[in-house]
Amino acid sequence: MFLLSLAWRSLRNRAVISGLTLLSIALSVALLVGIEHIRRGVRESFAGTIKGTDLIVGARGGTTQVLLSTVFGMSTPTGSVSWATYERWRAHPAVRWTIPYALGDAHKGQRVIGTTAEFFTRYRFRDRSVTFAEGGPPDTDREVAIGAEVAERLGYTLGSEVVLAHGVAAVSFAEHTAHPFIVSGIIDRTFTPIDRALYVTLDGLTAMHEAEEGAGGLMMGPPTPQTEGPAPITAFLVGTKNRFETLQLQREMNEDRSEPLTAIIPGVALAQLWQTIGSAEVGLRVVATLTLIVGLIGMCVALFASLESRRREIAILRAVGAGPRTIVSLLVLESGVLVTLGAITGVVMVYGGIVLARSAVEARFGVALTLHPLGSTEWIYLGVIVVAGTLVGLLPAWRAYRNSLADGLSPSL
Amino acid sequence: MSDSAVSRAGSTPAVAIRDLRFAYVAGREVIDIPTLEFAAGETVFLHGPSGSGKTTLLSLIAGVVTPRAGHLTLLGTDLTTLSSGARDRFRAAHLGYVFQMFNLIPYLSVRENITLPCRLSASRRSRVTDPEAAAQALAERLEIAGLLDSRVTALSVGQQQRVAVARALIGAPELIVCDEPTSALDADRRDRFLELLFANVAEAGSTLLFVSHDLSLAGRFDRTLALRELNRAATMGGI
Repeated sequence: MFLLSLAWRSLRNRAVISGLTLLSIALSVALLVGIEHIRRGVRESFAGTIKGTDLIVGARGGTTQVLLSTVFGMSTPTGSVSWATYERWRAHPAVRWTIPYALGDAHKGQRVIGTTAEFFTRYRFRDRSVTFAEGGPPDTDREVAIGAEVAERLGYTLGSEVVLAHGVAAVSFAEHTAHPFIVSGIIDRTFTPIDRALYVTLDGLTAMHEAEEGAGGLMMGPPTPQTEGPAPITAFLVGTKNRFETLQLQREMNEDRSEPLTAIIPGVALAQLWQTIGSAEVGLRVVATLTLIVGLIGMCVALFASLESRRREIAILRAVGAGPRTIVSLLVLESGVLVTLGAITGVVMVYGGIVLARSAVEARFGVALTLHPLGSTEWIYLGVIVVAGTLVGLLPAWRAYRNSLADGLSPSL
Repeated sequence: MSDSAVSRAGSTPAVAIRDLRFAYVAGREVIDIPTLEFAAGETVFLHGPSGSGKTTLLSLIAGVVTPRAGHLTLLGTDLTTLSSGARDRFRAAHLGYVFQMFNLIPYLSVRENITLPCRLSASRRSRVTDPEAAAQALAERLEIAGLLDSRVTALSVGQQQRVAVARALIGAPELIVCDEPTSALDADRRDRFLELLFANVAEAGSTLLFVSHDLSLAGRFDRTLALRELNRAATMGGI
């Protein structure tokens, strides 16, 4: 205990060097722990892209393709689902609600989705529902609700007239000029792909295509509207009455022979997708680890540099009875104190940073950083850092020991 | 280990050296002393020019370096038979050391510097009833009581040397070793320092081994020795 206080006061005596060393360790630790927090925040935000939906159902195809086309507005839909089939599943006793999705159109590179009012009441992301900054959902076949990014990028406001195009390319050949839409609402920023989409009613989408045919436009993509009944859709979201029935319902849908479908559980599909794209975080960790190694080497250098000026101090300690072991312990304690305080400071910096930057980060990047206690990974990191840092202190300590033997009681100054 | 009562009675010499040899580099001996003995309670002035092996001899007596051959007996204990850890404990318990200068740990207060041996050694601690009170008493005798809570960096060289003497004397160790403690002091301060040193060493009943190249100090001591004459390695040219 006396040695610890001696180590502490010795460090304080070299306050500037000790402070800078501590800061460099703290920054490395903050980087490592911060990356871990951001990684978790990103993963939670990613997993929160769609919540509350038990199944996403599309035409028979790959799991990832159904997920990407429906939730992320990427890739192309796996095909179409007939209205009759949709109706049949909607009436299934296990189903509580459904949201139909008709994809395939675009407006200046932004996706157009035909859906129903259910979307605005049932859809959940990160435990939130779709809310409007201005206006409300489309009611008539001439109204369109737009995502926050669409509004921002294209400068649309309530009442703006929007001409939708067919296909998803940024420049489209076939613009549905015969059936322009009016912006009925601008959706609050969600930091999900909703921000980059336009929402019309299913009727609106059909009316647009009919008007185009009437005007002699070119027709591609989604299947020709049936002569009887509403047009087919590309996918639908399902909420079940009882979560436990989800797996059973999924199997029923996947095995149904009347129209081949692929039903996926969003959480499972998102986790699988994260596995493939999440490997980028390994790179971040490598960089953070390298920073930490640099920090530890910096500490080692600082301790080594201090040794020369401390030969006298060590000789005094030797003279009043300290053995080499005491000298080594003193220096190892110093590195231990530095690295421990550095680790604590680093963690405090991360938590302080999250508190300060949380709202800004969420507003800017849509990553919800949460103040959660240190996870096991972080504890392992901190343990490794403290042990490694203390061991790094052994090098200068060993040197000090050798010096003290060579110097005896008269270090040449 | 020696019993302090015996050494103070004078029957056991404080330091006894026989055929002591030491070399930092093999074949180039810096110490070769056939025989040397200090009685308990004796004040000894040891002088010699630089290179005569003064500091090496003191390091050997302090047990910080180990002789290559021969015997070095302190208070009846042969240091050459002790492990290095036991030598460190022995030094802490029985020996006070004063350097030429820079005697103090810069980040400890004067009081903490004086009580440092008691913090590092349990047996030195057991020699005083209360280290704080002992430090206070020594400080008063050495006329530095007013400085006990000062930062050592605020002290003059003369004051620092007195603090070093107080630290060497706390717990009244049997042997006080001073390595040119007055070389940084002017004549007035040097005389006052020596007066205080002698008074306190006498009070503690310790043996004083005082090394200096300044022969004008020799008159105050019981005995004066020339290291050059004792150390055959030095007379042969030394280092």
